Amino acid sequence: MASVVDIAKGTAHAGRPIKVEVKRKVFPPVGDREAQLVLRDVAFEVAPRSFLVVTGPSGCGKSTLLNIIAGLDDDFEGQLDLGPAGDRLTYIFQSPRLLPWRTVEENIALALPEGDPRLARIPEMLARVGLAQAANAYPERLSLGMQRRAALARGFIVEPEILLMDEPFVSLDDPTAQSLRELLLELWHSQPTTVIFITHDRAEAIQLGTRILRLSPGQASVAQDAEVALSDAERRDRSAVLREQNRIFAAA
Amino acid sequence: MVGSLLTLVLLWHLLAVILQNKYLPTPVEVVDVLAREAGNGDLVKHIVATLMRVAAAFVISMLIGTAIGLALGLYRTADKFFDAWLILFLNLPALVTITLCYIWFGLSEAAAVTAVALNKIPNVAVNMREGARALSRDLAEMAVIYKFGWWRTLRHVTLPQLAPFFAASARSGLGLVWKIVLVVEAFGRSTGVGYRLNIAFQEFDVTTILAYALAFIIIVQIIEFTILQPLQAKVTAWRR
Repeated sequence: MASVVDIAKGTAHAGRPIKVEVKRKVFPPVGDREAQLVLRDVAFEVAPRSFLVVTGPSGCGKSTLLNIIAGLDDDFEGQLDLGPAGDRLTYIFQSPRLLPWRTVEENIALALPEGDPRLARIPEMLARVGLAQAANAYPERLSLGMQRRAALARGFIVEPEILLMDEPFVSLDDPTAQSLRELLLELWHSQPTTVIFITHDRAEAIQLGTRILRLSPGQASVAQDAEVALSDAERRDRSAVLREQNRIFAAA
Repeated sequence: MVGSLLTLVLLWHLLAVILQNKYLPTPVEVVDVLAREAGNGDLVKHIVATLMRVAAAFVISMLIGTAIGLALGLYRTADKFFDAWLILFLNLPALVTITLCYIWFGLSEAAAVTAVALNKIPNVAVNMREGARALSRDLAEMAVIYKFGWWRTLRHVTLPQLAPFFAASARSGLGLVWKIVLVVEAFGRSTGVGYRLNIAFQEFDVTTILAYALAFIIIVQIIEFTILQPLQAKVTAWRR
């Protein structure tokens, strides 16, 4: 019964964009360091079921922005309107943040309430991310790539309405990162959801996003807002990605 | 390990046979006394009395020490204020707490257990404070995002992080507690291994002292190997 209600709720959300408006975000002074203005006038809307990539140089406040949207940081001036979809928000962090003392399967199960019907989908989800054999392994015994697959599985098992991702594929070798990107697109196509994805890797931004938001360096505000014009097939084609990357970032 | 201990016993035996001094009995004589004390029921009576006090003081100090340690680790203002107190109590000699407890609360069971617990609480608190300081903010945020709620967060996120600190406190704690319990018993109790050792000391009865010491070391080792070490291995099994 619960799942029927959830699906009905999900359809209702599909029509409503989420609104983010951060007028000012300041880090308070710590020790000798003075107070630091991190974000200024960052405002945008995200259409439902779209894949927004926020990009910009390291240290420009991308992660801070995501923490604000996630509700982990409420010390800012501005407004956040996630609508009812905010109840089904998930965050896939830069590090996998799995519980090292729980197995992969237990980690994924803990993302769901006890007795939830979605628990039955865990074996299928593990198979999809290629971790069927590692279900009973402790995370620290797995490679970083596999831990990140587990984090993806945990993020998608909750069937989120909003999915936040903070550079989830950094510090991986190229083929591993590429296979994880393809896995992410596959999961997103079968389970459409509103994604806000952060990266400083421009090729990754183009390959994944339907829309790019570029933040300016230092006291970040929005420097550029562009639609990505690539078909699903073209996203797998490196030269097409590179062409689109040159077109969009020509201004930068 | 068995070989090294047997060598020690053998050396002791040889030394005792060579010296022929009544203050250094042979291992055989010690075992004889052990058998005699076990036979007349004194050994069991005193060891049980001591173990009860050890258990009471251990549980009390683990509970209170953990509560204080977590509070100090989580609340910086409390930590700043009470840090000096903690250092003071850490450096207070056991003999001082024991005598003061007996003077203030009388020669009672409660005073004895309190004195032992007071000696142990600061150690537990310092250990658990480190544990609380080391709690991962990353995992706490993850628990918020995935709506763990307080019970799941406690059980799956917080306690597993504290478990190694708790296990370390428990192991070092048991060693400290039983040594202090013996002193407390020698001072102001009329049962227990400490009391019996004190009587033997007054009679210069080295054989009895060694017999009781031996019995107690064996029991503590059994607790260590059958309860504490497996427990510690269990809480750290996930480590790579």
